[in-house]
Amino acid sequence: MPEKIATREAYGKALVEFGEQYPNMIVLDADLSKSTKTEEFKKKFPERFINMGISESDMMATAAGIATTGKIVFASTFAIFAAGRAFEQVRNSIAYPKLNVKIGATHAGITVGEDGGSHQAVEDIALMRAMPNMVVICPCDAVESRAAVKAAIEHDGPVYLRFGRLAAPVIYDKDTFKFELGRGIETAPGTDITIVATGMMVSSSLKARDLLAEQGINARVIDIHTIKPIDEDIIVKAAEETGAILTVEEHVVNGGLGSAVAEVLSEHRPTIMKRMGLYDQFGQSGKPEDLLKLYKLTPDDIAYEAAELFKKKR
Amino acid sequence: MDQEKIKFLEETAKLVRADIICSLASANSGHSGGSLSATDILVALYFDVMNIRPDEPRWPDRDRFVLSKGHAAPALYAVLARRGYFSRDHLWTLRQAGSILQGHPDMKKTPGVDMSTGSLGQGISAANGMALAGKIDKKDYRVYALLGDGELEEGEVWEAAMTAAHYKLDNLTAFVDHNHLQIDGFITDVKSPEPVDEKFRAFGWNVININGHNFVEILSAVELAKATKGKPTVIVAETIKGKGVSFMECQAGWHGIAPNEQQKEQALKELGVEMNA
Repeated sequence: MPEKIATREAYGKALVEFGEQYPNMIVLDADLSKSTKTEEFKKKFPERFINMGISESDMMATAAGIATTGKIVFASTFAIFAAGRAFEQVRNSIAYPKLNVKIGATHAGITVGEDGGSHQAVEDIALMRAMPNMVVICPCDAVESRAAVKAAIEHDGPVYLRFGRLAAPVIYDKDTFKFELGRGIETAPGTDITIVATGMMVSSSLKARDLLAEQGINARVIDIHTIKPIDEDIIVKAAEETGAILTVEEHVVNGGLGSAVAEVLSEHRPTIMKRMGLYDQFGQSGKPEDLLKLYKLTPDDIAYEAAELFKKKR
Repeated sequence: MDQEKIKFLEETAKLVRADIICSLASANSGHSGGSLSATDILVALYFDVMNIRPDEPRWPDRDRFVLSKGHAAPALYAVLARRGYFSRDHLWTLRQAGSILQGHPDMKKTPGVDMSTGSLGQGISAANGMALAGKIDKKDYRVYALLGDGELEEGEVWEAAMTAAHYKLDNLTAFVDHNHLQIDGFITDVKSPEPVDEKFRAFGWNVININGHNFVEILSAVELAKATKGKPTVIVAETIKGKGVSFMECQAGWHGIAPNEQQKEQALKELGVEMNA
């Protein structure tokens, strides 16, 4: 069994690690520092941490104001509030003037679990992806999360970082891992079909790949950590070489990863594909593993859809 | 107070008002009333109060200004131009495609604009951010913001009011351009934010009430704000929407429209300013 670490945990650790290196880094939170894990940064650098209270809109525009003075600002809250409640502050005060604010959005997707649909952002990728100047990153494990934070710091401009609540399997080796903003990763090779996934769905897709291998289907798995700007090359190449594309995301299928991949393929290489995710639905309360079953996002579900798509290909 | 200085500011305000009228007329759209009510405050800030370098707009130690009521952009542009941030010729390109002067302030396009604003309620939060950064960096620059009174109906203003008081942002001074009118009518008829001063006081701010068209009062209030430690100051400035142009004064209808050629000429005559084409 691989080690499991929530991406939000890795986010909190990365803030501390890079806070040391970047003295101009400021971290803001809206009364959720224990959950978003910015608390670690607060303990280490109290003079550079600002608790904005339960005022997400105010937090985003304040972050923008701080960024005008040349600082790198991380603003953290749950994805539902970051992309939802504060959407227009993110748009007009951060993205429109292209200020150097990094939005650390945790508790994205249905694996928030018991808190239910009101707290499960399933449309945040779509909202943030539509916004000019915004980079959207959804890391799949702890190693990639650290790298994503580093890349966000090195990028001059706004970045939306999407993290999960649930402990996720660590799939990458921290000593050899290479991350490039806007470049997808072929996490596992394959020739019969490609599963394109983001966030927690990458590890589920790798498990699905093992299940498919038992049926004699050789599936490629691609991790799209940067949803915007998306890596067109890796997607087109996969379409050319495997002839079928299945996308998997913990998000609604309209506007998210599935849409982004469909846009690339329809313009550059029309290919049969299927999008997995939520179909015009909100989430609900339940244990994360039960919800993944209910919304058909388990390795078994992914393997089933991949096999069906593989049949269509022939 | 220095009579010469006051006279200079009054004269400058007159010229700025004329520039506002002409830029709005050439744009054939824009916000007349709220630009004219805010003019004297902006003139006082940029021509006397603020420590700035027009030839170095991004000077890190400068005082900063955020026009939270971003629709008064024509007033800000006219002041910045006359202060030397860019040529006054740009004023006649207001709101046109390709212009450096957008309908609402854009820090990426206009030299001297410290923050992009326009969506009400957000500018005061951004001003807090600048003030917080100043505290963190132990810099002594000051931050000024200008809010509309209708803008106070935005909930974010009060989130920001809490932030400024909680973090003791005594390096922040906010003005409220209290002209009593918003697009749909009197603020007290639409959704009253009154009593404005008592609300800010309850939120932990130092509050000063002034006549927003009297330079002696504006400058004295700023001095009081600078001397106030441990809390932010709000200067509630009693103003007249459309100030200086008789047919625009106290008319909600002049919130979001521009004068035509004939109205422009009439306005310039009333202001006593002759514009050379």
